[in-house]
Amino acid sequence: MQIPSAIVTLVLGMLLVLGGLWIGQNINLLPVDASTNAPIYDELFRVLFSIGTILFLGIVGLIIFSLVRFRRRPGQLGDGLALEGNLPLEVFWTAVPAIVVLFVGLFSYDIYERMGGMAPLSHGDHGTSMQTEQRIWGGIGSSEISTTPAASALQPLPVEVTAMQFAFLFHYPDGDIMSGELHVQAGRPVTLRMEAKDVIHAFWVPEFRLKQDVIPGQPTLLDFTPTRPGRYPIVCAELCGPYHGGMRSTVVVESPDDFNTWLQANRKPPVQEA
Amino acid sequence: MTLTVPQQSPPTPQSLQPTGWLRYLSFSVDHKVIGLQYMVCGFAFYLIGGALAGAIRTELVSPISDFMPRDVYNQVLTLHGTVMIFLWIVPVVNGAFGNYLIPFYVGARDMAFPRLNAVAFWLIPPAGLLLISSYFITGAAQSGWTAYPPLSLTTPASGQIIWILSVLLLGGSSIFGGINFIATILKLRRPGLKLMQLPMYCWAMLGTSILVVLSTPVLAGTLIMLSFDIVAHTGFFNPGLGGNVVVYQHLFWFYSHPAVYIMVLPAFGLVSEILPIHCRKPLFGYTTMVYSIMAIVGLGLVVWAHHMFTSGTPPWMRLFFTIATAFIAVPTGIKFFNWLATLWGGKISLNSAVLFSCGFIVNFVLGGITGVALAQVPFDVHVHDTYFVVAHFHYIVYGGSVFVIFASIYHWYPKVTGRLMNEHLGRFHFLITFVGFNLCFAPQHWLGLNGMPRRVAEYDPQFQLINQFSSVGALLMAISTLPFLWNVIASASQGAIAGDNPWNALTPEWLTTSPPPVENWKGEAPLVANPYAYGTPEDEIDLRSVSGSDLWRNGQ
Repeated sequence: MQIPSAIVTLVLGMLLVLGGLWIGQNINLLPVDASTNAPIYDELFRVLFSIGTILFLGIVGLIIFSLVRFRRRPGQLGDGLALEGNLPLEVFWTAVPAIVVLFVGLFSYDIYERMGGMAPLSHGDHGTSMQTEQRIWGGIGSSEISTTPAASALQPLPVEVTAMQFAFLFHYPDGDIMSGELHVQAGRPVTLRMEAKDVIHAFWVPEFRLKQDVIPGQPTLLDFTPTRPGRYPIVCAELCGPYHGGMRSTVVVESPDDFNTWLQANRKPPVQEA
Repeated sequence: MTLTVPQQSPPTPQSLQPTGWLRYLSFSVDHKVIGLQYMVCGFAFYLIGGALAGAIRTELVSPISDFMPRDVYNQVLTLHGTVMIFLWIVPVVNGAFGNYLIPFYVGARDMAFPRLNAVAFWLIPPAGLLLISSYFITGAAQSGWTAYPPLSLTTPASGQIIWILSVLLLGGSSIFGGINFIATILKLRRPGLKLMQLPMYCWAMLGTSILVVLSTPVLAGTLIMLSFDIVAHTGFFNPGLGGNVVVYQHLFWFYSHPAVYIMVLPAFGLVSEILPIHCRKPLFGYTTMVYSIMAIVGLGLVVWAHHMFTSGTPPWMRLFFTIATAFIAVPTGIKFFNWLATLWGGKISLNSAVLFSCGFIVNFVLGGITGVALAQVPFDVHVHDTYFVVAHFHYIVYGGSVFVIFASIYHWYPKVTGRLMNEHLGRFHFLITFVGFNLCFAPQHWLGLNGMPRRVAEYDPQFQLINQFSSVGALLMAISTLPFLWNVIASASQGAIAGDNPWNALTPEWLTTSPPPVENWKGEAPLVANPYAYGTPEDEIDLRSVSGSDLWRNGQ
């Protein structure tokens, strides 16, 4: 019995879509999420991964099918069908990618907004007084999404970051602590005020899904809220010289108690310091 | 009485052009000679760039920096990028195939400006030698092929200046070539040949050349400003002197994003020539293909800032460049669906040229999908400047352009030499290139997502195993060059005689002898109004009375 090709195509298409969705939702290619915007990022990633898988498998399947089914057999002469085009088909495969791209664009815009990316650059709510003399650039951050009462009640932790060949230095104005590691408190927003001394560096924490170039002459603010206690790498992601690969540090996300202990232990007594 | 004088042979016209193999080392103005000069010169630099890639992958076998000093590693990665882009892919997909094919396609005997053409080629070897020799003389540039200041201002100046000089020469060569292609395609067409009758590669080269002419001068200006910052201590890009480093990035990517299209649009054109011939079908959707190329050219000029999403760009700019970038997927998608439709229902010869073309489609689709993902700001913020990006652009420029270069060599070798290449070796070459390439670059997506930045000599030990997979893939790619080289060299003398038109092609370069005579045709150039008139017309097969499976069974 001959199964009509339309039905076969439909079933294959449905299998492809379901398979792509399954792969996109179930295969995890990302490290653990440790900031409030990481789960939002992962949501976007799963959608992109699903769509990408469907497209890729579909096109590869079509090519392999065509190469096998329409291959020239030994002794076969003659040409294929003289099909020069098909307007409805062209309209179809112009419209479908356009719709997919539009959907992806709108979806990622939404994600971007939820991450706080559309917040105005001047970050007035943090009360940084130097705005008047310097333009401060903001990276994508999570200041907008920490809207849970508990999180927003906490004052953001300000940290000054200095990037130089080939290290990050973290300075806590609150207590005048200088540190080579970034200690932050789980659930409490952090505002990094970043400056580079020599060349461009980039501050990247893969587990936070956050990256911001640190550009000389351009102080930059980066907001995020860590969530999951643990030690995560800070990686310099912009070629900055011979030891670029070694320019790494660690961010330690701690519970409030541990963080306060660390803060107290390292707090400099105000007078003694020479 | 008759006096017989020994028959005097008529004096041969003294040609200023050398003949024989010497002409390939000369200032020849024959477009075919220049095309081959580009090809061979480009391939020599491909081997150099490949050796540099091998050095990088060897360093990355272990997570510590143990194979070469760190500053040498940065020189190697800078040279690798510069050589592969400016000395291999751009000159070969534009200069080599463009010069060889465009005059045939427009029905001309040469390019519009033959001497400019020779000048454009002869800028390349000195520029390339300058670049390579900088490594031995003073140490090469260390700031990556992007040469972002302030790093490029603080690394040793001599290497950086030589790099700038070399890229300026290569950019000049590219501009000369672009002007020449535009003039040839628009003004040198044979009488009676309309624009919409040109083979698709002409459209691709027209679009590419427009991009070259519009964007390369911006790069040249930028690099001259950068060199002033280095030697004259001006402050265009030096934040210590009030300059702005982000301005450099804007100017640089204003050229260097279109440069991606300068590398892939000609490849799109070449595939559009190869597939219809070997599938024995017309190119599907000629008109939409032309419009897609022009749409890519237009959009390609306004997407550059997607390389700078983490550089402190304002939100509106991020949004605009996300949307513009993602929309390039639409015209690109049209082209890919049209190629799939060209394959569909054909009589496909599974030879090396077709396999490499289909390998290109598979690789480029993956690179395109990751490209649309990278256009999304929130996604890009995590993977920007990581191995995810390295994987993405190698899928575009190697999986895309380089696969097409190989396909084109298999396809046009009989035209150039009159002999066929060995198909078994060719398919073997395809197999190990495809496996090696995917083994090398597919795992790098994962590396980038999980925290390995690009351009590092040392990395987190948890990534060692995946990096070793990648290095094995790179080794396979290196090995795959050997059967190819052997095939090219041996087939020149031992390959089967191809005849003038071994593929039964209709495009004009096949309507002359193989190899073609000096001015392309004995007699007048043929007028090819439909270069893709393959296939059995529909009215010869009654579509209503047969099903699809009958169609292909009947063909046996």
